[in-house]
Amino acid sequence: MKNFMSDLFSKKNRSRTISFLLVIAVYIIIEILSKSIRIPRLFTSLLVPTCCYIVLGLSLNLVVGFSGELSLGHAGFMAIGAFTAVCVSGLSASFITNDIIRLLLSIIIGSIVAGIFGLIISVPVLKLSGDYLAIVTLAFGQIIKSLINNIYLGFDSNGLQFSFVTNELNLQNGKMLLSGPMGATDTAKISTFTFGIILILFTLFVIYSLIDSKYGRAIMAARDNRIAAESIGINISRTKTLAFVTSAILAGMAGALYALNYSTLQPAKFDFNTSILVLVYVVFGGLGNINGTIIATTVLYILPELLRSLQDYRMLIYAIVLIVVMQITNSAALKQKADKIVKQIFKKGERE
Amino acid sequence: MNPVLEVNNLGIDFGGLTAVNNLNMVVEPHEIVGLIGPNGAGKTTVFNMLTKVYEPSRGNIILNGQDIAKMNTVEVNKAGVARTFQNIRLFADLSVIDNVKSGMNNLYPYSVFDTLLHTRKRNENEKKITEKAEELLKIFNLYDAKDIEASSLPYGAQRRLEIARALATDPKLLLLDEPAAGMNPQETDELMQTIRFVRDQFDIAILLIEHDMSLVMNICERIYVLNYGMLLAKGSPEEIRNDDRVIKAYLGD
Repeated sequence: MKNFMSDLFSKKNRSRTISFLLVIAVYIIIEILSKSIRIPRLFTSLLVPTCCYIVLGLSLNLVVGFSGELSLGHAGFMAIGAFTAVCVSGLSASFITNDIIRLLLSIIIGSIVAGIFGLIISVPVLKLSGDYLAIVTLAFGQIIKSLINNIYLGFDSNGLQFSFVTNELNLQNGKMLLSGPMGATDTAKISTFTFGIILILFTLFVIYSLIDSKYGRAIMAARDNRIAAESIGINISRTKTLAFVTSAILAGMAGALYALNYSTLQPAKFDFNTSILVLVYVVFGGLGNINGTIIATTVLYILPELLRSLQDYRMLIYAIVLIVVMQITNSAALKQKADKIVKQIFKKGERE
Repeated sequence: MNPVLEVNNLGIDFGGLTAVNNLNMVVEPHEIVGLIGPNGAGKTTVFNMLTKVYEPSRGNIILNGQDIAKMNTVEVNKAGVARTFQNIRLFADLSVIDNVKSGMNNLYPYSVFDTLLHTRKRNENEKKITEKAEELLKIFNLYDAKDIEASSLPYGAQRRLEIARALATDPKLLLLDEPAAGMNPQETDELMQTIRFVRDQFDIAILLIEHDMSLVMNICERIYVLNYGMLLAKGSPEEIRNDDRVIKAYLGD
């Protein structure tokens, strides 16, 4: 751990230092602002979901950017984490009264279940590559959504009651956890912005630790050249599975935090569009670019929400922004300028 | 002493085409052996069979007394065979040093939990990996370029990096597929010295495919000549140079 901290602040890993400092700085600024002035409700309601999408984007970047496999079903893992967390939180509400402990427990179990699904799915999926893998993961995302759409789950003094067919579960004084297409209703809203920031920092820590290890090198080697990677003794399927499962766990975590931020949540939320949305964040931020993902997600998630007042013109402006961002990130001249500015800032820091 | 590599009756068919047939070959410890032949003779196919990129149709491959014909590419590498490729296959987006480091994944193992908890085991093994990688880069004169992307190295340096990466896996037998391709005479000279140095330093056997005859005749102790997938001749450089069949195969009737 000590090594990690000293590595983190070494000159070589400047972009890492930036990502941690960036997240912490934003957190502090928002906390101070919310204490001193009144931030509009519209804005504060976006804080937790933004954290969720950042974690989601980072986790997808692990698969798409670092492992080089196009996955179109990421919302599926998010959904698993989300609805597992809702169930855990609902079930444990009676005996765990501390919200923070309950939130933590829900997130942990949600991410574990998502990870198990990731492991099961990775076995058939990672035998494929390229377009085929994309199509299968797409199908997987839809299957998960449809499955949750048909689960009726409730509990009462007799224990858990479960059905695929009907919402007449004969509950005596019990409570519905999941009610089919209606999803989760009446969930206790226990997610907090602080926890969202902690999850982002945790995700950054996991991804950077992985990239810096033999596992990270193996993941990227397998992406760059499969045959060469095998020739130096790297087991491709094991390596890709590791990336896929880690990504599923992180996505499940994001889903759990997301679910516990709303009192109602429908499975339809986790459809193909959500998977694509996250993929857009990752692609705009740059494949394999951590800081890019964080910034792109923040901007591209908050922007359409803030543009709601423009009603019909909202998507028009959103599209224009996408094109402009694309142009800017692809311009070598602008990139150089940005690098220069960053370097100058650091030089000043060193002189002081 | 037992040979490092022994190949018996090795052959492979692609559909109806027999690409390599009836190949018998021996590489002794500490030996540099050349595998030459005209274009399309099946030299690279032999390498691909030895590393199990291709599945041989017939014959067996024995490495230090162990049959590796049933293994997969990863297991063959763990058993002690490392190779380079004719069309360079580096990890283009990784840094030069990470290319070499990725070759040591099986030598200094640590678990995912070690990775996430940054345990002492992980840190010590990473340190060893870094030290060994830097040592290898110094041998191949790549140390100054260690942090740049592999794809931005000049061509000759990329070939050297591929050899360094193969050596990082600590092989007993190193297969070099046209190591001097695209190099100028001076680079080729330096490469020859490096190959000899590596052989002595790491005490390994080397089997190499090469079209540069000055290199082959200079550093190989024995040479196998392949033509149309069959063994045409074998012997010392002197014998091969004066072999009529070899001259005919290269120059035609």
